[in-house]
Amino acid sequence: MKQRASFFQRLSSTQIVYLVALVTLILGVLLVNSIGRSFFSPGNISSILTGTSVLGFIAIGQTLVILAGSLDLSVPYVTSLASLIAAGVMANNPNNVLSGVLLTLGTAAVIGLANGLIVARLNVHGFIATLGVGLIISGFLATNFKGSFGETPLAFRLVGATGIGPVPISTIIMLACAGLAGLLLHRTRVGHHLYAVGGDIAVARTSGIRVDVPVITAHVICSVLAGMAGLLLASRLGVGSPTVGSQGGYDLLSIAAVVLGGTLLSGGKGTITGTLGGVLIFAMLDNIMSVMQVNPFLKDVVRGVVIVVAVAVYARRRIVSRPERFPAKGSVETPAAQPVPVEGP
Amino acid sequence: MSTALNSERSAILKQNRASRSERLLRAVRTPGGAVFVLLTGLLATIIVLNPSFGEPGSFIRFVGRTAPIAIAAIGQYFVIVAGEFDLSMGSVVTMQVIVAGNLIRQDDSKVIPVLVLMLVLGAFIGLVNGLITTLLKVPSFIVTLGMMLALLGLVLYWTGGAAQGNPADSFRQIGRGGIQDVPVLDIIPYPVIILTAAAVAGFVLMRRPYGRMLIAVGDNPSAAALAGSRVWWVRTRAFMMSSLSATVAGILLVGYAGVHPSVGRGYEFTAITAVVLGGVVLGGGRGWVLSAAAGAFALESLFTLLNFMGLQATWRDTVQGAIIIIAVAAASRSWQRKRKGASSAAHDEQHQLAAAPTPAEGTEQGGRV
Repeated sequence: MKQRASFFQRLSSTQIVYLVALVTLILGVLLVNSIGRSFFSPGNISSILTGTSVLGFIAIGQTLVILAGSLDLSVPYVTSLASLIAAGVMANNPNNVLSGVLLTLGTAAVIGLANGLIVARLNVHGFIATLGVGLIISGFLATNFKGSFGETPLAFRLVGATGIGPVPISTIIMLACAGLAGLLLHRTRVGHHLYAVGGDIAVARTSGIRVDVPVITAHVICSVLAGMAGLLLASRLGVGSPTVGSQGGYDLLSIAAVVLGGTLLSGGKGTITGTLGGVLIFAMLDNIMSVMQVNPFLKDVVRGVVIVVAVAVYARRRIVSRPERFPAKGSVETPAAQPVPVEGP
Repeated sequence: MSTALNSERSAILKQNRASRSERLLRAVRTPGGAVFVLLTGLLATIIVLNPSFGEPGSFIRFVGRTAPIAIAAIGQYFVIVAGEFDLSMGSVVTMQVIVAGNLIRQDDSKVIPVLVLMLVLGAFIGLVNGLITTLLKVPSFIVTLGMMLALLGLVLYWTGGAAQGNPADSFRQIGRGGIQDVPVLDIIPYPVIILTAAAVAGFVLMRRPYGRMLIAVGDNPSAAALAGSRVWWVRTRAFMMSSLSATVAGILLVGYAGVHPSVGRGYEFTAITAVVLGGVVLGGGRGWVLSAAAGAFALESLFTLLNFMGLQATWRDTVQGAIIIIAVAAASRSWQRKRKGASSAAHDEQHQLAAAPTPAEGTEQGGRV
């Protein structure tokens, strides 16, 4: 028992995420095979990977924001707005694809900038700032759009529909974004500052970091990625929809995926790789339950339970993550007063 | 050193001995006090636009209509001031509404047992939320998010996602009925009485040791733990109160809205908005319970005002979003100003009542016992 605990302690949280993903995979193979279908058929793999892409985009951005110690609850509305802008600008004309994409991502970036400025400059808690911005967009959407709007041209629709072998193009783009975000986090100054600010903003400030920059950067990237998710949805559906984001519940699900991926909700600790693992777990769960024809309402129950149980598992080991500063026994209280600790015989 | 202390202490002294009106004025300038000014302003504007709103009868009905969200805000306050979130509130409301509709049906004799069952269920959900948060060390955001998904899924699975029959009228009377034939007001709705009871209970509770402990735990859990408080139990009780208040809100909403799986959707965010509008700081340790209730009233009267002004109902979200950003930005500015002030201790209105030492004449130690 003790040995298993120490083995468990030695794993990093990212390794645990993939361990959980592996368990889910084995469970999936067993369950899906038990009803006489193949888990590893190209169609099924493709459907799992497709399931990862939309949530993946949003979760990558959410990871950056959470690492910086903030939250983004506005993503579902940005996604809906992005799908509307894309479908509206393109209007079934292949020549408008580029301008549609650029305008969509530009709008998303502006929203992200607003989020970031409200959080960093006005010192509003990320929860409230992005909830507020999300509500503002939601009111705009509800007032101006009653149903689906615009149409995306066939060329653009192919992005969401085709793939290389069983791997959809959308997943490849998502993984490329994940790679870029990983590079940003681990190879650039802003990335390192992001971890510092998320860990302790006061310490980061006294260490001479401009604390606004990483926070604003994270919010802008998060909104742009939510815009990418909106583009992807527009390309899949062929139209823009004002409720596509909020129906998916991407705000809370992406936060759940990030936390499932081993990132601390309070910021400063976590990786993109872990988040991808979290997204993969969600996609596999969804796929298994669809194949098993579980009642759609019960899916939410399973999701809810999995989120809490998985995070409870990480939380148990994450408490002590650095070596003890003082020996467990002996003169713990006054090390300075007793220069020579008296050891037992 | 001692002179600095003395001047600081004399500033606090001056504040504590200020006249009642001066203290009131100072309280109004805090975020928790400003919401009352905002509320008064909004109500006055509504009455100017629509004088019939100011008649006692219609005003008391407005209070009754707002009671469920105000009660939910009071419950959410306990959790937020302890430094946590409760996102499961909306699902709890939905669950209780469905439970009432499905179990009572048209049978009057079942009203009391089902009512008791609902309260027990509410307390149990809060207990689970609290224990997972405190003992398993899972962030409350995640715990209550999981609870929200699981509860809503179970409720919809149980009902098949469709609306069910309304419960017996005697049960719905709790939400829509009232004491008839009152002289001036014409009617005192039961929700108003329940809200008053909840507000008084909350007010008293926050002045009792438990309330002080709750704020201490929200401000700095490790300090509170070192001071001997059982942090896990303090927080768990806050979660239980939050779920119970959601239960009460659900009972009232059955009377107003009837039984439908969409009742209570988004309630958690509305309640959090109301609490934050009341100047309560996310992250815990600051704010007043009655300000949270006033935040709910301010939000609701804002919507009423927009209605009277003829704005489309779909803009509600936008207004709500803008208002919380502005409110919180203003509140955080005023907290900051106080922090940066030259004599921070003297200006920290929220703390002066609790932390000001009573100076004993001629000693260096102040009132420390």
